[in-house]
Amino acid sequence: MSVSELFYKLNVNFNYVVAMTLFIIGLYTLISKPNLIKKFMGLNIMETSIFLFIVSSGAIAGGKAPIFGEGVGPETVFVNPIPQALILTGIVVAMSTTALALSLMIKLYEQCGTLNADKLKELK
Amino acid sequence: MIVNDIRPLLAPMISILCAVLIFWRGGNAFLRRSFSISAAIVKWVVVFSMLQGSLAGKIYVTELIPFVPGISFLLRVDGLGMFFGMVSSTLWIITTVYAIGYMEGEHARKRFFAFFALCVSTTVGIAFAGNLFTLFVFYEMLTVCTYPLVIHEETPEAMRAGRKYLVYTLTGGSLILFSTALTFYLADTVTFAEPGILSISNGVGLLAAMFAMFMLGFGVKAAIMPLHGWLPSAMVAPTPVSALLHAVAVVKAGVFGITRIIYNIFGVSTLKDMALEGMDVASVLMWAALITIICASLMALMQDGLKKRLAYSTVSQLSYIVLGVSLLTPDGALGGIVHIANQAFMKITMFFVAGAIYKKTHKKNISEMHGIGHKMPLTMATFTIASLGMMGLPPTAGFISKWYLCLGALDAGKMVVVVILLLSSFLNAAYFLPIVYRAYFMKPQDGNLKTDEAHWTLLVPCVICALYVIALGLFADLPFVPLALARGAVTGFFGL
Amino acid sequence: MAEFAHHCPVLMVITFLAGAVLTPIVSKSKKKFSFWWAFFVSLLALLFSSCAVWSLYTKGPISYWLGGWEPPYGIEIYFDYISSITFLMTVLGALIILYSKKYIEHDIKEEKLPVYYTLVLLLLCGMVGFSITGDMFNLYVFLEILSLSGYALIAITEEKLTAMASFKYLVMGAVSSMCVLAGVALLYNVTGTLNMSDMALRLQQFEPIATSYMALCLFVVGFCVKAAMFPVHVWLPDAHALAPSPVSALLSGLVIKVGIVGLLRVIYGIYRLGGAIDFTTVTNFMGWLAAITVLVGAFFAFFQDDIKMIFAYSSISNIGYIIMGISLISFTQPERGYLGMVGGLIHIFNHAIIKSTLFLCAGAIIYKTGFRKLSDLRGIGKKMPITCGALTIAALSIAGIPPTAGFICKWFIVLGAIEFGRGIWAAALLIGAIFVFAYYIKIVNAIFFREPAEPILEVDEAPLSMLIPIVILAISCLVFGVFAYLPLAVIKPAAATILGLPPTYIPPGG
Repeated sequence: MSVSELFYKLNVNFNYVVAMTLFIIGLYTLISKPNLIKKFMGLNIMETSIFLFIVSSGAIAGGKAPIFGEGVGPETVFVNPIPQALILTGIVVAMSTTALALSLMIKLYEQCGTLNADKLKELK
Repeated sequence: MIVNDIRPLLAPMISILCAVLIFWRGGNAFLRRSFSISAAIVKWVVVFSMLQGSLAGKIYVTELIPFVPGISFLLRVDGLGMFFGMVSSTLWIITTVYAIGYMEGEHARKRFFAFFALCVSTTVGIAFAGNLFTLFVFYEMLTVCTYPLVIHEETPEAMRAGRKYLVYTLTGGSLILFSTALTFYLADTVTFAEPGILSISNGVGLLAAMFAMFMLGFGVKAAIMPLHGWLPSAMVAPTPVSALLHAVAVVKAGVFGITRIIYNIFGVSTLKDMALEGMDVASVLMWAALITIICASLMALMQDGLKKRLAYSTVSQLSYIVLGVSLLTPDGALGGIVHIANQAFMKITMFFVAGAIYKKTHKKNISEMHGIGHKMPLTMATFTIASLGMMGLPPTAGFISKWYLCLGALDAGKMVVVVILLLSSFLNAAYFLPIVYRAYFMKPQDGNLKTDEAHWTLLVPCVICALYVIALGLFADLPFVPLALARGAVTGFFGL
Repeated sequence: MAEFAHHCPVLMVITFLAGAVLTPIVSKSKKKFSFWWAFFVSLLALLFSSCAVWSLYTKGPISYWLGGWEPPYGIEIYFDYISSITFLMTVLGALIILYSKKYIEHDIKEEKLPVYYTLVLLLLCGMVGFSITGDMFNLYVFLEILSLSGYALIAITEEKLTAMASFKYLVMGAVSSMCVLAGVALLYNVTGTLNMSDMALRLQQFEPIATSYMALCLFVVGFCVKAAMFPVHVWLPDAHALAPSPVSALLSGLVIKVGIVGLLRVIYGIYRLGGAIDFTTVTNFMGWLAAITVLVGAFFAFFQDDIKMIFAYSSISNIGYIIMGISLISFTQPERGYLGMVGGLIHIFNHAIIKSTLFLCAGAIIYKTGFRKLSDLRGIGKKMPITCGALTIAALSIAGIPPTAGFICKWFIVLGAIEFGRGIWAAALLIGAIFVFAYYIKIVNAIFFREPAEPILEVDEAPLSMLIPIVILAISCLVFGVFAYLPLAVIKPAAATILGLPPTYIPPGG
């Protein structure tokens, strides 16, 4: 595979590249940071990367929102609405996970007095 | 001729019912005793009612719950099963009477008698199992049911013995399960059949490995050296348990399993074919048995505890059976199988005596038993008879087994077996006769010569068993005695 | 009747969901009423699931179009043989709710009672929905519903470290959900549909490309975390041991099985049916990991003193059994995996019963004594004979001693592994089983054959509302072992259809 071919493929699958990069960044944060809140931020980055990926997979260059109205004919190009609907649900789920995690962290802090994963391990 | 019948299922069910009843109302001593004894008798009657048909060549079958084709829960009474079932149900009656007397005043009797009944139930289940799967089910149940009996005393020593027992037997059980699955893979069935279900075309190496695993698995309970370690430690159990474990249930389940594997799974011809291909597994087993016979006898010589000495003697005697069935000749198999019954009656007598002595005098060691024959003459007389039987002197039962074993060895052209059998007889004499000598010909330490026998519940079982030992020797050729049953089984195995 | 049965699968989910939402409202004035409400809801759901299962085995799978939209455009509820696990879920759910009555009143503050029952019903809703849906995204949503309520339930008591256990579970669970979602996204990109059967159909039409493999790997990783397979099992011991006992029973009995159901859905429902991608590399890998899981779980359990910790590690070991059973699949000869599949599926069923029994018994003991260490519980069997008897039956069962239910699973999985030519897996399973038995015998020894320790002399038997579920479950441990053909009658067609064989398939032999 030549360099230009590689660049072409990266360009075509740009959304894959971005999503995976973000996913890995998120995973790295999750694993490496000792602070639980930072860990959870990593998780949120991972979530976002997948949402981005799903939404981008439905996008079409020059596509319009799939709403019938004026100026819409049989030849009009729509973006795929299903990924967007999915992501709305996904965001709700992610938000509730975050809320639960934060409340757990409050409880954890009350019980153990720290949010540092290394110190929590020692407490056990 | 195959007959569908409910009785093969009924026999183990009676004891399970008995166990349930004891768990339920066993707090009351009278009810507990009535349950135990009546269940023992009813079960004996059920098994006995099949005896006539079995001798005539009928095979009683109960098939329940087919899982997949080739594997089902199958109870099937053939010659060998009938033989073992009859022996264990007869001995259950005697042991129950003995146990009632022996356990007087002990703790947790409800638990004891309930698990006692469960053990016998599983033993009869093993006897009547119609395929490897069913055999394995009962075999594992037996392991679990005997555990509370072994640790009955709840002392640290008993707990250690119990743990050892479980580790040995469960590891063996896993090997059996593994090779049972292999058998199903090779033969597409696990049902016992007369010429065996495996054939040489399955690959000699694989067959040899399977045989080894089966033998290691069942050999644990059959206490083939070096797998015998649990048996002497399990002697911490109360005497009726030792008697039951060592004469009927556990160890005999092991040798019974070995017999089943050799004759009903592999088959004589397959094993002989394997020998021709250079995998003479039967001979390896035979040598293991021979070594066990000698080594265990030597170990027995060194024991001072009476029960310990009996335990090593059991290890040695069990290998007679393994030896007999591994000779692959009709007479050898007959000698081995009939020794299942003969050894049971002889060894149970000895254990009963050991228990009676302990109950009466609280003596466990042989070195303390000076002149015990004066004190308990009848008890020691039964012990003497059993010792003579162990040595294989006519007219006792032991002679019959030894006679056929020697015939079988000569048939197989293995002189070494005959020599070792004779040597073992001497060794038996060397470790049993000193006890008899000490009991009768040495003065008691306290000089008291007054007769003071154990309670009748302990004495009567000893006497019955001892009489039986003689009867089995004198009337060996009558129908209805073990020899006739064993002959029926052997006829099938060798297609005579 | 048939018309009614058609609606039953979706009614189950609706019942649980509506029940959960309404719990705080109906018990606004009287907090303790929430138990009766939850119990009623679970019984109602049990009725629906029985109907649905009955209809499944008499008339075949139910396909229900949500809102009347025809699949693949609308969401399809597909009640097939795998979904019959919902029956188990509703039965266990009802029993565990009954058990919770006393236990939870003792464990958490009264004003929190409705919260507890809401979460339990939501958890059940998630599990039931997960098992019956035919839509990939729906699968993800239900997975999140059940996971979130699971995290919350673990932390519901004020006990120390529960928040930490819950958080650990949450982080790993969230990552695994992300993996599942990423898998869904990739497959959606490849096939352009979310309906499972449609996905399978379209996978067939394309060349196998890396994206489909990637998606498969993501699904396997995601669901294996949920199922707690080695090496991603680390969240399980703390979470299951520290949660309140009825919750532990739910989590160990059912929630980890959800991961297995997910694997079955994806590997067998989509990839095998699609037939275009050879997934045996992945299943093989899973099988080897499962063999290690069996050993690791059994090994660690051996060193625990806390009884709930022992049960938690043994769950890991048992998940290994199940995954081993379902990994025995050959791409070209599906019938070779039949026995292993039967073993795996029946262990899903039996392990749920056995492990719930164990956790409920442990709960009853903790409720009565306040102790959870084996060394403190010596001789408890003399004081609580029924509970400890049930515990013993379940312990024998999980060690696979005949004639209990656990033996049947062990037998089939070993048989399957050997038929498949994986003797080593079978050996690992058997060695694991010996270990399992060794530590359960430790428990039985401690509770029955030791003299009672001082503080537990005053203890008596657990209350009736706890004993009823315990006794029912313990008896089923025995009954499903002795009469194993009862569950097998249900599981055999399930195993056959999962492998793409006719439901009446009979393996050769005999």
